[in-house]
Amino acid sequence: MIFGVPLQALMGQLLVGLINGSFYALLSLGLAVIFGLLRVINFAHGAQYMLGAFAALLLLTVGGINYWLALILAPLFVGLFAALVERTMLSRLYKLDPLYGLLFTFGLALAIEGTFRYFFGASGKPYAPPPQLTGAVNLGFMFLPIYRGWVVIASLAVCIGVWLLIEKTKLGAYLRAATENPVLVQAFGVNVPLLLTLTYALGAGLAGFAGVLAAPVYQVSPLMGSNLIIIVFAVVVVGGMGSILGAIVTGYMLGVVEGLTKVFYPEASNIVIFVIMAIVLILRPAGLFGKDA
Amino acid sequence: MAAKSETVASEHVAAHPRAGQVQLALVAIALAGLLVAPMFLYPIFLMKLLAFALFASAFNLLLGYTGLLSFGHATFFGGAAYFTAHAVKVWGWSPEAGILLGVAGAALLGLVMGAIAIRRQGIYFAMITLALSQMFFFFCLQAPFTHGEDGIQSVPRGHLFGLIDLNRPMNMYYFVLAVFVIGLLIIRRFVNSPFGMILKSIRENEQRAISLGYSVQRYKLGAFVMSAALAGLAGGVKALIFQFATLTDVTWQMSGEVILMTLLGGIGTLLGPIVGAGLVVTLQNYLATSDFPVTIITGLVFMVCVLLFRRGLVGEFFATKIGRKMGFRSES
Repeated sequence: MIFGVPLQALMGQLLVGLINGSFYALLSLGLAVIFGLLRVINFAHGAQYMLGAFAALLLLTVGGINYWLALILAPLFVGLFAALVERTMLSRLYKLDPLYGLLFTFGLALAIEGTFRYFFGASGKPYAPPPQLTGAVNLGFMFLPIYRGWVVIASLAVCIGVWLLIEKTKLGAYLRAATENPVLVQAFGVNVPLLLTLTYALGAGLAGFAGVLAAPVYQVSPLMGSNLIIIVFAVVVVGGMGSILGAIVTGYMLGVVEGLTKVFYPEASNIVIFVIMAIVLILRPAGLFGKDA
Repeated sequence: MAAKSETVASEHVAAHPRAGQVQLALVAIALAGLLVAPMFLYPIFLMKLLAFALFASAFNLLLGYTGLLSFGHATFFGGAAYFTAHAVKVWGWSPEAGILLGVAGAALLGLVMGAIAIRRQGIYFAMITLALSQMFFFFCLQAPFTHGEDGIQSVPRGHLFGLIDLNRPMNMYYFVLAVFVIGLLIIRRFVNSPFGMILKSIRENEQRAISLGYSVQRYKLGAFVMSAALAGLAGGVKALIFQFATLTDVTWQMSGEVILMTLLGGIGTLLGPIVGAGLVVTLQNYLATSDFPVTIITGLVFMVCVLLFRRGLVGEFFATKIGRKMGFRSES
């Protein structure tokens, strides 16, 4: 018993918080990567997350393709679709006020979600976790469903991988340079428009990957992304968009805080992230890890 | 293509000397049309249209004239609808007092949300207002006085000033029309006041406005509260028109809808949001009977507007030679 709460319940909610935090981290990471280079807030991020989950579901039911392949194929599909959108439409908006990018991706999200609702209905569809990851292990103080443990590990691995890609590789160096000064980088012979397309595809692919991971945990439904994206926006505001690492850390942190709130004051668990956002804005408007004032 | 249309816009076309009279005549025709419209069209539909036109105009006050994109205006619209409905139904207030409470409540919400949101600019401002309005949505979902998913139903319309029976559709219609016209006059006065001029200067160049000694944050907050209060006026009236207040009015989808109306009609024009609201409400009415989801159309219209005509329908018309001859100016 801790503060009158059974250890079992506390650990259970902590795990739920960590899982939600995994998705917050993956999604806010994608948003931060896209925003860093494109200066676009990708409102369609939630829809792309939903697309990833649906891609996995359709791959299984139509093509008989299992979870592990879907984990690779679905993000590729989502990334490809995003690249197409970026090339044909989004790239025309870079010279304008960033608000137009937000409005465009908002419309894109509505159109995608509306289409899926039209064809698949609003109800959720179950997606079974792969046989290798079913069951649970006894940790002594609680039972840990193996799939949930996998979600935390996989998202952490991908987050670290993306961070390494951006901080330690040559491609990442181009990307960071183009964030600072795209014109100069282009003058050095780097194909910046291609870099922009790849970045948008990478961010969307991350959302698609999160969607596949989420499919066995939550139900696959056309609206699974739209409410999540607003929370992720709050996460991004708290973390500050300046730093990739900040987005990841804030995502996990707020997920855990939300989980703990469910234990100690359940009524506030829906709004605790927004309250934290308001407090952070009052005390430190640039966000916890933000550099820009 | 965009560059080309801009050069056309900058080409000087002098307004016709009698442009002012033409504009006045157009306004008179529009008003006369609205006065006789309920003889031909379903009054509830017309009242919905007027309420949303006022809502979009209030929103445009912020986006069009101050350059702030709020993604949380449903909070003021839906919040005021709840306040008005509760005051009229549970406390037995008169309709005008209920609406005033809605306006005051929306202004207060605007003060709180605005004070937090103006700490960041641009895209962040939009994300913060969205997050805060989602917080208000969850509050409404759980607070007892909103009755959660059921909403506040069968709200009595009552007697205006204790005299005019608003249960008669024609009385209600002319009341809504009066509120709409008064709301627009307030917006017009506000936009053309010295305060409104400073807001425009902030929109055009915030740094310069600061260097000229204006306390930009206070002007922004003032505009935010004003816009919230007028959105609340529309929301309060809406609660009396439909005689209920529901969660739908505080969702982010509603915030998106009002952005769409303004964008489609024309950001930064007085007429644009009204035209946009008319189109969107008519479209929703039309699609309500089919099973084709409105969101697909809404999303596509958004994308097309942003890609092809960012000035909106009214803005594009104002930028044409005929529009300029008639003395209209496109703001954005």
